[in-house]
Amino acid sequence: MPEREQKRRTTTTREDEVVEEAAPAGTEKADKIKAELDDLLDEIDEVLDENAEEFVRSYVQKGGE
Amino acid sequence: MAIPKVLGVETEYGILHTGVADPNPIAASSVLINAYIADLARKVDWDFEDESPGNDARGFAREGSMPPEVETHLVNAVLTNGARYYVDHAHPEFSTPECSNPLDMVRWDKAGERILGRSMEAADRILPPGQHIVVYKNNSDRKGNSYGCHENYLMDRQVPFARIVQHVMPHFVTRQIYTGAGKVGTEAASTGGIDVTFQLTQRADFFEEEVGLETTLKRPIVNTRDEPHADAQKYRRLHVIVGDANLSEVSTFLKVGVTALLLSMIEDDWFGDGGPGPAHDFTLNAPVQAMRRVSYDLTLARPLDLATGRSMTALEIQWELFGLAKKYADDRGLESIGPEEIGRDVLNRWEQVLGGLESDPSSLATQLDWVAKRQLVEGYRDRHGLSWDDARLAQLDLQYHDLRPAKSLFAKLNMERLVEERDVVSAVTEPPRTTRAYFRGKCLQRFAPAIAAANWDSMVFDLSPSKETLQRVPMMEPLRGTASIVDRLFEGCTSPAELLERLGS
Repeated sequence: MPEREQKRRTTTTREDEVVEEAAPAGTEKADKIKAELDDLLDEIDEVLDENAEEFVRSYVQKGGE
Repeated sequence: MAIPKVLGVETEYGILHTGVADPNPIAASSVLINAYIADLARKVDWDFEDESPGNDARGFAREGSMPPEVETHLVNAVLTNGARYYVDHAHPEFSTPECSNPLDMVRWDKAGERILGRSMEAADRILPPGQHIVVYKNNSDRKGNSYGCHENYLMDRQVPFARIVQHVMPHFVTRQIYTGAGKVGTEAASTGGIDVTFQLTQRADFFEEEVGLETTLKRPIVNTRDEPHADAQKYRRLHVIVGDANLSEVSTFLKVGVTALLLSMIEDDWFGDGGPGPAHDFTLNAPVQAMRRVSYDLTLARPLDLATGRSMTALEIQWELFGLAKKYADDRGLESIGPEEIGRDVLNRWEQVLGGLESDPSSLATQLDWVAKRQLVEGYRDRHGLSWDDARLAQLDLQYHDLRPAKSLFAKLNMERLVEERDVVSAVTEPPRTTRAYFRGKCLQRFAPAIAAANWDSMVFDLSPSKETLQRVPMMEPLRGTASIVDRLFEGCTSPAELLERLGS
């Protein structure tokens, strides 16, 4: 079994999503992902149906399997 | 010796018919599938003769247990890629062709998504203006109704079922940490006092039993349906109902690849006398409760009680399974789950994902469904300062799984790919080359008008008027009928009668 760092996060706030001690490449990747997420959040309202409540209420399925 | 793990995934898709006052999901599913196959070669009916979904792997047929209803009157097609595409209950369902390794499994699972996508476009062309049929690859409507994504693994019949149950159960409970598709909130009647704002899986809320035959109510973690669609003396098909429908290719690859590998280890008794010793037993004290406990635990730090008296987190159990698998791979090889490099990739990615989950789950945002969805939902929530019960977060959850390219949130996330899109597109019409699906698919490509019916384990040809009787070609060996044989068989073959003659000789 590989050696493992016992580092666990217990909070769920966005600020914590930045890894402080990541290698530069990792930071770059994380920054890129965050930038992409920001872009997506910018455009997301255009993708979502206007009436969220109505959409969520009307999404009804029969059980399957 | 572990036998080759022939694999398959069946996915029931969520469906909406918009623009109508009184939508009927069964009718909508039929319209959707009919619209797709109307463009294709003559539709071939599925043959139910050998289906016996009521058989139980524990070796008895339960009195009073009802096999799932077989809806022969509904749409039911076999495709040239060897898949089955049909209406099941009130959902369109796509069953992949048999695959011989986890990477092919990802490819044909993705091909299923493309087929559903094309079906939506085809339905739009025939529906009245203002009406649309929309398909979602998820597992619940957030109101307590769930539908499945089932995996299938060919196993050696000689392996005692109790041994499979013992070792696969803790895996099914703990693999959720990388197989989960994520869900905002919970649909469980009781969460044991835990405030569930977001959980790892779509499905954990719906499991009430440890072992059983049911799939629609009192769902068991280990399903006992015993219907091998192959030589029942030699094989069983482990029917796994506990998983989520994944959009992430890495999640699907690990879900199927790791499970296939562990099943090979179980066949070789690697956890017991056949292994490195001492015997390994991760039996959980309360697996049903543990399913939810794991799914509700975003810290991945809550321990589970084992029957041996140990207490371990899901991640720790997965690390130990990984360690055993690595030893197994070195000692016995990975042949049973496909080519060596694919097996190695399963191990490498498994290790990498467990490491990521341990150090910083958010580092896996382009790899795992639940992490991607969580980041999206939390990002949106923070930006707009929403409470967890805001309908917009539930909407994000649902729309992650929307299969329309313009609406799919998954599609916008730039997730890591394991297969080239052109290979996915070719898998929409081409069968895998390494299983009997190749024979099925090629027969349909070449001689569809002469095929009266198809099933997983047989094809029925109708050669009338030259021959009066229907001719059945049995396909009881899932690894017979591969490209290496079939291409030669078909070479220069001009008619179905000639094909049957060659098969008979």
